[in-house]
Amino acid sequence: MITLQWVYALAGAAFAAFALLGLRDRSNPRRFRNALFWGLMAASMWAGDRFGDFGNGLLVLALVAIGGIGLGRGTQGEVAPELRTERAARHGNRLFLIALVIPATALLGTLLFGHLPALVDGKQVTLISLALGVLLALGVGHGLLRAPAALPLEQGRRLMDQVGWAAILPQMLASLGAVFALAGVGEAVGGVIRLGIPAGSLFGAVAAFGLGMAIFTMVMGNAFAAFPVMFAAIGMPLLVTAYHGNPPAIAAIGMLAGFCGTLMTPMAANFNLVPAALLELRDEYGVIRRQFGTALPLLAVNILLLYGLAFR
Amino acid sequence: MWVLLGIAVIVAGFMLRFNPLLVIMAAALVTGLAAGLDLVAIVSAFGKAFNETRYVSIIWIVLPVIGLLEAYGLRERARALIGALRGATAGRLLTGYLLLRQATAAIGLTSVAGHPQTVRPLVAPMALAAAEAQAGDLPDETREEIKAWSAATDNVGLFFGEDIFLAIGSILLMKGLLEQYGILVQPLQLSVWAIPTAICAFLIHGFRLRRLDRRLNARATHAAPAEAGE
Repeated sequence: MITLQWVYALAGAAFAAFALLGLRDRSNPRRFRNALFWGLMAASMWAGDRFGDFGNGLLVLALVAIGGIGLGRGTQGEVAPELRTERAARHGNRLFLIALVIPATALLGTLLFGHLPALVDGKQVTLISLALGVLLALGVGHGLLRAPAALPLEQGRRLMDQVGWAAILPQMLASLGAVFALAGVGEAVGGVIRLGIPAGSLFGAVAAFGLGMAIFTMVMGNAFAAFPVMFAAIGMPLLVTAYHGNPPAIAAIGMLAGFCGTLMTPMAANFNLVPAALLELRDEYGVIRRQFGTALPLLAVNILLLYGLAFR
Repeated sequence: MWVLLGIAVIVAGFMLRFNPLLVIMAAALVTGLAAGLDLVAIVSAFGKAFNETRYVSIIWIVLPVIGLLEAYGLRERARALIGALRGATAGRLLTGYLLLRQATAAIGLTSVAGHPQTVRPLVAPMALAAAEAQAGDLPDETREEIKAWSAATDNVGLFFGEDIFLAIGSILLMKGLLEQYGILVQPLQLSVWAIPTAICAFLIHGFRLRRLDRRLNARATHAAPAEAGE
């Protein structure tokens, strides 16, 4: 049976390749640090189950230490713009078609493999289908574009170094959620917030969750960081446990309420301040000002969607 | 109540722009210590969760595909598509870009467009040119406004398109976090819930872009008699 372990083996191989190929990038002064970082990720994917809990904890501490002092990035492997333009003219919309192979396979696989429990682990069909989609897209891409076989890995390595330590941020935040759950953070915050919500008011709880996501996101500049906090505080104890809401709907729409907050905060500099500088606006908050009119009604819509869809 | 200190660490750490990895680790340590756990127990709990949520980081296996396509001109092709957007007015042009940005993000192509890639070289100049065709010479404030609209439209399109793709960071973060509370879900169950909001985002932002068009057109009719008076 194909299980998630197969996907971890594939991901481990990808991280190992990123680590080894990066060592050849002499334009990156910190290439050894990068190689160690991605090498640890490869080790985690391949052998994480054998390290034990404390061993995995030490691995995380090492990743945090390396990421904390900073990774580097080089310039090796960049393709000349003229060559890309020429290739774009030659291949046209086929490029989008190849990209479409991944979500199409993930979607079809999820629907199809659910009926084949003997072949594929039913609990993880989407992730397994996603990995299959990546392999298919590489195959189709190789056939249609006639690219050298080593090119995808080398280009993938280049993009990985550009993402840097931020690549493990979602996994770190999901893990932080476990510590929050263990320490009873949800109960503690829920206790405080329940003081402010009328007792037994479902709409009050939903509104507090949506507004809380947006406000925490505005303060921190990052909806990903706000999510474990608000889910522990209101999402889990009130919306899921007390009101029996639908967990995926609560999580997904709550995250989008957070994205509304991202549109309204200078803390999300990448999206809001950097473009203002890039476009040479005199008002560095010019982009945020234009976004308020979309973000506020959309936040209200998200709260209503949550109220109307998640509790049926 | 002391466990709330961990949340304070997260909020302060992100606000003060410390490295987020260090902030998360510090928040975990503070929360655990406040709950009466010892250091080994905290590190073990974090390590156990990190190992259980490894699939959150498997999204990066798509990078070789993206890298291959970008080396073969994916971004240049996206630019050509945007350059060919037919929109006689600034509002309609930006609405077309909004749709394109949402659609590409929804199939996982979040980086084919963006502020440096498409907004600055293409969308903003095209929107400015369209606005000038509508309203004649634009005062500086209006030029600033149109440029800001271009960047805002990119953000709205990206944020409310990407979560439809079932293997994006935020979807897998949610899956991982729910699992820590004992709730097992498929990414697809999460991503379908992004669709209603994506539609509403398009309608709300599109409506605002229509109003922008009306204001630009109104400026043209106001400006015309004034010129005749001279």
